Amino acid sequence: MTDQLLDNLNALVTGLFLLTAFGIVAMRQTRGVLNLFIFQSILLALSALFLGLRYQSEHLYGVALVNVIIKPLILPWLLKKTAPEEVYTRREVNQALNIPTALLIALALVILAYFLGQPLLNAVAPEFRGPNVPIGIAGLLLGAFTITVRREAVPLLIGILAMENGAFLSGIAISRKLPLLVELAIATDGLIVVFIMGVLTRAVHRHVGTTAVGELANLKENVSVPAGSEEAG
Amino acid sequence: MANKIVFNLIQVLVVLAFSPLVSGVTTRLKEMVQSKHGPSIFQPYRDLWKLFHKDEIVSEESSWIFRFTPYMIFITPIYVTLLIPVLTRYPLFFAFMGDMIGGGFALALGGFFATLAAIDTASPYGPMGASRTRMVGFLAEPVFMIVFFTVSFVAGSTIPYIVQEKWVTPATNFFMPTHVLLLLAFLILILAEGGRIPVDNPAGHFELAMIDESKSLEYSGRGLALVKWGGTMKLFVLMCIFLNVLVAPWGLAGGQTISAVLLAIPAVLLKIFALLLVLVVIESSLAKLRLFRISEFLGAAFVICVVAMIAQVFLL
Repeated sequence: MTDQLLDNLNALVTGLFLLTAFGIVAMRQTRGVLNLFIFQSILLALSALFLGLRYQSEHLYGVALVNVIIKPLILPWLLKKTAPEEVYTRREVNQALNIPTALLIALALVILAYFLGQPLLNAVAPEFRGPNVPIGIAGLLLGAFTITVRREAVPLLIGILAMENGAFLSGIAISRKLPLLVELAIATDGLIVVFIMGVLTRAVHRHVGTTAVGELANLKENVSVPAGSEEAG
Repeated sequence: MANKIVFNLIQVLVVLAFSPLVSGVTTRLKEMVQSKHGPSIFQPYRDLWKLFHKDEIVSEESSWIFRFTPYMIFITPIYVTLLIPVLTRYPLFFAFMGDMIGGGFALALGGFFATLAAIDTASPYGPMGASRTRMVGFLAEPVFMIVFFTVSFVAGSTIPYIVQEKWVTPATNFFMPTHVLLLLAFLILILAEGGRIPVDNPAGHFELAMIDESKSLEYSGRGLALVKWGGTMKLFVLMCIFLNVLVAPWGLAGGQTISAVLLAIPAVLLKIFALLLVLVVIESSLAKLRLFRISEFLGAAFVICVVAMIAQVFLL
């Protein structure tokens, strides 16, 4: 495998990563959002693998491995255990913005991310310049944007996890000797967040019979429960 | 010089002869996926033959546009065929007449006349379909433009023959993010422009749900045959642009001999068959979108092609 090919494959994977981030913003079904997130995590692992092959870094192989095990396998399992089953069949009918508008704002965010990433790229050595940094920042911003436009509990949670994915996509490009410990710690953190949010979602679902947490501000009873769940987000 | 003119004419003949076959094969494949037997793959030829031998009825209230439009719909794909690489990887005699953007405009001209003709007869269904087609059109055309401009930006040219080389020289260019994302966006465009599911149902017979079909409701006999044939040719030409210019020029004739050009015909048909399989999978696994969801579908295509453009502009 030549360096040129690896660079192109990495660029392709990051491009698809960006697309999945858009999908997480716009997809209506909860199940679809979860699948997109799993796909995004696999892409992140692939990017780490390609960068690892390109620069002979064992740390990045480790990152890829941890990602492949935790995010696509353990995380959905945990979510399924904790969050109520009914969440997956739900279709989000009213997002805060309609989908074309949300997509256009997301596009503007991506261009912003490139302008933010450009000076960073100019500051580092040429071998660290790649598509990872701007697309990672874009992933971070799109994850945050997902949290603002979504009103369903599980997509909100996935927005947080997508932010973490974005941060890591930049991280693996800037530092070749990323300690594996950091990745492990963050991945465990993610699992705990999922666990807590899943349990909270279940509690919200039991109390008010819905998981559309975006609308809970209007309800008089059980205000304390949804407020707690949103703060955890 | 003389053989380039002959090759160009062969190219047109291939498009004329095989485009009904493409529509027949698609129908048959879809029926097979649905566990039905389906009509013969040569049924579109029989339909055309039957229609050419039927009487044509033209409303007295209609103007010259109504009579002129079938020829326009029939001619524009042939004109575009002269410009694009269907069988050869080198430019043929008439290729100087326009680049990709010119070809896009020529295809849009056929659609424009179809819209006018649908309004011309003032039947209730025609204008409704025409306005819906325009709605799909004005959502799809920005995507078309950005796809073409990004392609031209990458290759430094709007000539399809230069563009197609760019994706495979060196071979690693095939995996450029811009390339793959553009392919995705253009595939969505083919679905939208060809009136396929999920944008439109080509097999539907319910007038209120029609988008593309309802424009030809008023035509009969020879006019209808020309409109149908032109429609299949447009899809064939779009597929040729997708496969030969955007995906890669594999299987195209490089030599100047007539045998090389004739050998390219089965190779191109094979590529189109592979694309048809993909289209059939998409059509069979998705449901038709509600009319106002189309903007979300094409909005996704727009996002994809803008991401492709960003990836290109900022990183190279």
